[in-house]
Amino acid sequence: MVHRPGVSPADRLFRATVMTVALSVLFIAGVIAYELLRNSQLPIEKFGWSFLWRTIWDPVAEQFGALPFLYGTLVTSALALLIAVPVGLGVAIFLSELAPRWLSDPVTFLVELLAAIPSVIYGLVGIFVLVPWVRSFLEPVLSSTLGFLPFFKGAPYGVGMLTAGLVLATMVIPFIVSVSREILMAVPRSQREAILSLGATQWEMVRIAVLPYARSGIMGSVFLALARALGETMAVTMVIGNRPEIRLSLFEPGYTMAAVIANEFTEATSDLYVQTLIEIGLVLFAVTILVNAVARLLIYSVFSRVEVRE
Amino acid sequence: MTPALLFRRRMTNVVMLSLTGICTALVLWVLFFILGYITYHGITALDWDFFTKLPKPVGEKGGGMANAIVGTVKLLALASLIGVPIGFLGGVYLSEYGRTNTSGFLIRYAADILNGIPSIVMGIFAYTIVVLPMGHFSTVAGGVALGIMMIPIAVRSTEEFLKLVPDSIREAGLALGLPEWKVVSLVVIPTALRGIVTGIMLDLARVAGETAPLLFTAFSNRFWSRGWLEPIASLPVMIYTYAVAPYEDWHRQAWAAGMVLLMLVLGANLLSRLILHRQLKG
Repeated sequence: MVHRPGVSPADRLFRATVMTVALSVLFIAGVIAYELLRNSQLPIEKFGWSFLWRTIWDPVAEQFGALPFLYGTLVTSALALLIAVPVGLGVAIFLSELAPRWLSDPVTFLVELLAAIPSVIYGLVGIFVLVPWVRSFLEPVLSSTLGFLPFFKGAPYGVGMLTAGLVLATMVIPFIVSVSREILMAVPRSQREAILSLGATQWEMVRIAVLPYARSGIMGSVFLALARALGETMAVTMVIGNRPEIRLSLFEPGYTMAAVIANEFTEATSDLYVQTLIEIGLVLFAVTILVNAVARLLIYSVFSRVEVRE
Repeated sequence: MTPALLFRRRMTNVVMLSLTGICTALVLWVLFFILGYITYHGITALDWDFFTKLPKPVGEKGGGMANAIVGTVKLLALASLIGVPIGFLGGVYLSEYGRTNTSGFLIRYAADILNGIPSIVMGIFAYTIVVLPMGHFSTVAGGVALGIMMIPIAVRSTEEFLKLVPDSIREAGLALGLPEWKVVSLVVIPTALRGIVTGIMLDLARVAGETAPLLFTAFSNRFWSRGWLEPIASLPVMIYTYAVAPYEDWHRQAWAAGMVLLMLVLGANLLSRLILHRQLKG
């Protein structure tokens, strides 16, 4: 009897086993969505879509709206990206274009270590180091120089959206650096040589020939960082001040979706309260899935393009 | 080209390139600052009691976090029980049967998406499938939350390391008349085993520091947790509780716990990088 691979019963069994397990990954993703939806029926029926733009948060009267948390999440994440994108991109350019290999690899490793530090440790350093520094130095300086802007008004508390943004920026920088560096290194050499031969300086090479080529991949890394920032829980909870109000000033305490779940879940007394928090989780889940999906497609597209061209 | 323009271009070049260097120095400074600060405060706060004693009642000084250390170990063991088999076999499928087909793409995509789901949402999920039916917080619920969080990275890293095994080795096995499942399980997997184990170690190090998914699954416990059905303390949750509490002595212990956790996580990271580096060289 000829022994052909792939057709014996043992082979079929093996293949079916690993495939079933692999498909369970898809299944789990589906079950998560289903469970979140199923367990937030009470508030969905009671508040409908208006849940998303109501600003009231009154657990005693059982009146809930998610807008303050959506606002806090968006503002802190935007602030984080505003800081992390230029800095992270700067590091990625340094590592891919300037630093020699013997320097670039260990420095990349160190930057990626930042991503390995647990979130609660960032919170710990945030509470005891960053908050006092922001209160006694950064906020007074900002309000005396840029105080005419509505974002930098008010008393310096230390805890607030500004501090949360700073912590988040630190936490997402490694994601921007490691993906962007890979993408920049995947830009073909010919692209660089062509413009250098025209007499461009090294910075002009980066600006004109390298960055535009890598644009969609870099956008991918930014979306990846955004998804991280949106869902980050512990560090933000520990420094944002946890107040469900919408304030324009970044000095004011705020609240994010993840933080309200972390803080109030075990204290939630009624079914409606718990399910409302689960619905906030559902919204967070939907938003991060969307942002992640975009990020992954952008990153895949760059690498498949590079592979095709080689 | 005028000399003025040339000068301006050169200046821009120098300024922008130095800025990228400054960014890098700044990020490295932040890393070393965090490591240094935690180590300094952690070392001065750490004592033998930390490893051997239970937490003292509120208001009393001293005590330790022995139960939280054991708790973290128990939670990680449970998490591995769920995350490792699913992640490993899923990775085998992606590398051996799912490189180019649609189901491979979908599973890969789902794993990446799963990886991006905020950890607090994973906590809610474990709450709905374990805590709600059981009616109380438990070690099992925390283990389930962490285990599911382990899956995506275990899948992807296993796949990557199996892909590194050259196809010629697979073909050599098949040419000898070995059935496919034997080629995979006796030739391909052993070749990549060191990488796979390292990937799983990194994965464990990552979930070891997770706090958010444990808050309302494993909850916490100021005493020993017997069996697997009681709430259990863990290092990350203890750090959180102690850091936000208004007691000086709790802050001291939070630093000690922070240092222990950081050393654990970074130690696992360094060790696995070292193993991988040696393997790629050798």
